[in-house]
Amino acid sequence: MAKVLLFGALSDLAGWREKTIEVDSIADLRLKLGAEDAALGEALKGPGVQVAVDQAIVRHDTALTAASEVAFLPPMSGG
Amino acid sequence: MISLTDQAFDPGTLLSNFCRGRTETGAVASFVGLARAEGGAAAVLELDAYPGFTEAQIAQHVATAQSRFELQDVRIVHRIGAIGPGEPIVFVATAASHRRAAFEACDFLMDYLKSRAPFWKKETGPDGARWIEPRPQDLTDLARWETR
Repeated sequence: MAKVLLFGALSDLAGWREKTIEVDSIADLRLKLGAEDAALGEALKGPGVQVAVDQAIVRHDTALTAASEVAFLPPMSGG
Repeated sequence: MISLTDQAFDPGTLLSNFCRGRTETGAVASFVGLARAEGGAAAVLELDAYPGFTEAQIAQHVATAQSRFELQDVRIVHRIGAIGPGEPIVFVATAASHRRAAFEACDFLMDYLKSRAPFWKKETGPDGARWIEPRPQDLTDLARWETR
């Protein structure tokens, strides 16, 4: 299980912002999200989409626990 | 200090408060970003953030600014939520002994906030909504700091 968060355009596309999903790795999570919603699965592979686990950016696949919080972060723009 | 707020803020009050009681500062530089109406195309701007993560990422960048410039203090206030045209979105103030460090650090922090800080910005107008990504100019601005 992991708490999954979507931000910006990704959350608009998926129609949700937060969901709890039974998964044990980022790769597994990407597969499950893509199977549920192909457009979201594609968008998560998009350029500039970063992944944070427990509020730290991760560059590679990472094991997840029940307490993990996974966030998909599309290109950022503030100010 | 870094704050995110869903309430409108008065940049003048923030600047006065930031300047108060500084007897060794010498220079305060500030920047205020306002929401543009884009000739009516942007009726509302919506700013999304990742609470906790967003502040922590900005704090890391403030630490970088502090090691790079001789800064005494930094104040950043960033709006989240719905913002109307003409309203302030972001306030950055820097304090240093001398002006060059204050100016440069303020510029450095804004370039980061525009294209690397965890915010997502959606513009809604008569033609619908669109998510805004950094413009090529924003990335060029940011790249200036990588070669110095």
